Amino acid sequence: MELKDFIPIVQLCEHYSVEISFFDELHEEGLISITTLEQTSYLHQDKISDVEKMIRIHQELNINTEGIDAVFNLLQKIDSLQNELNKLHNRLSLYENDY
Amino acid sequence: MTYIDYYKILGINKKATENDIKKAYRKMARKYHPDLNPDDKEAERKFKEINEANEVLSNPENRKKYDKYGKDWKHAEEFEKAQQQQHHRGRRQRGPGQYSEEDFSDFFSSMFGGGSARSQRRNVQFRGQDYNAELQLELEDVYRTHKRTLTVNGKNIRLTIPAGVKNGQVIKIKGHGGEGINDGPRGDLNIKFSISNHSKFKRDKDNLYTTIDLDLYKALLGGEVVIDTFDGKVKLKVKPETKNLTKVKLKGKGFPVYKKEGQFGDLYITYQIKTPTNLSDKEKELIKELAKLR
Repeated sequence: MELKDFIPIVQLCEHYSVEISFFDELHEEGLISITTLEQTSYLHQDKISDVEKMIRIHQELNINTEGIDAVFNLLQKIDSLQNELNKLHNRLSLYENDY
Repeated sequence: MTYIDYYKILGINKKATENDIKKAYRKMARKYHPDLNPDDKEAERKFKEINEANEVLSNPENRKKYDKYGKDWKHAEEFEKAQQQQHHRGRRQRGPGQYSEEDFSDFFSSMFGGGSARSQRRNVQFRGQDYNAELQLELEDVYRTHKRTLTVNGKNIRLTIPAGVKNGQVIKIKGHGGEGINDGPRGDLNIKFSISNHSKFKRDKDNLYTTIDLDLYKALLGGEVVIDTFDGKVKLKVKPETKNLTKVKLKGKGFPVYKKEGQFGDLYITYQIKTPTNLSDKEKELIKELAKLR
């Protein structure tokens, strides 16, 4: 584990003006994974984009962490259906005589 | 500048309380928020509209001004009154009806403070918006890895397009999206590939499929055919007595496998036997002879 890839949660709280309890709740819901090293909690930088989305959903739409979990599950489902649709669309072209 | 009915946008009436506005805004925001509607331009436009409506109506002072002048904001007399109240100076004397649409716009901008909605938000740093772009290519274009220069929001980006990229696939380019808010990091650029196919090949994942015409005599007696592939010409042996719609697999002559250099799918060829037409008397005679032999 390289520490340079991790950002202290305290720093993120300050940066995004959110309470540390929000990160704890996200962690409890299984939405993020918090790594603790020498009594400091960290978040992997690859998760920043997701966390920002969670903060926006929480702050702008007043959705709690359970709601964020549901939203993320549905978004994942949409994404997988979209990919499936693309694959089927690409396969369908096999049977179309349009060339 | 055209009049925008902010009440209509939020689906409320003029008597709506602050709480009604808040509730209506939250309801609409949940429906059209860009994070909940990825790649939906219409939702993005709607979200901007409802944000603007909320910025004006949720602020009692701005709402009062909007209620007073908004509906009739092209009414010069009222505008003039307001203008006089605002400035008292009267240096730029103008009569009724002499105000342009820009004047009204400026007036409203001054009423609402002129600052953008964003500037009134809390001083939170956010990563910039992700940009989504679509790149249209032909199937031939993605047979080989190549570089392309794209212009996104006025900036040129040199992009390597890997061979074997699929139709609908999205490639993320980190840090090439919108600027961060309050010095936050830049967003990413998501490029979606839209690959048209006007070639004689059909593609399914990494395999290619094509149908070629085979003349009757070659099908009966065997021979050779030459077919064009994305990688040049390929000579094929045709076995004697080949049946119509026979499929032949050419291993490794299909499409390149994405990000796996040197790996290719297969090419499937279907023979479609063409029977000769406009037979001469001599040909008819010979075919009859053949028929007698069967």
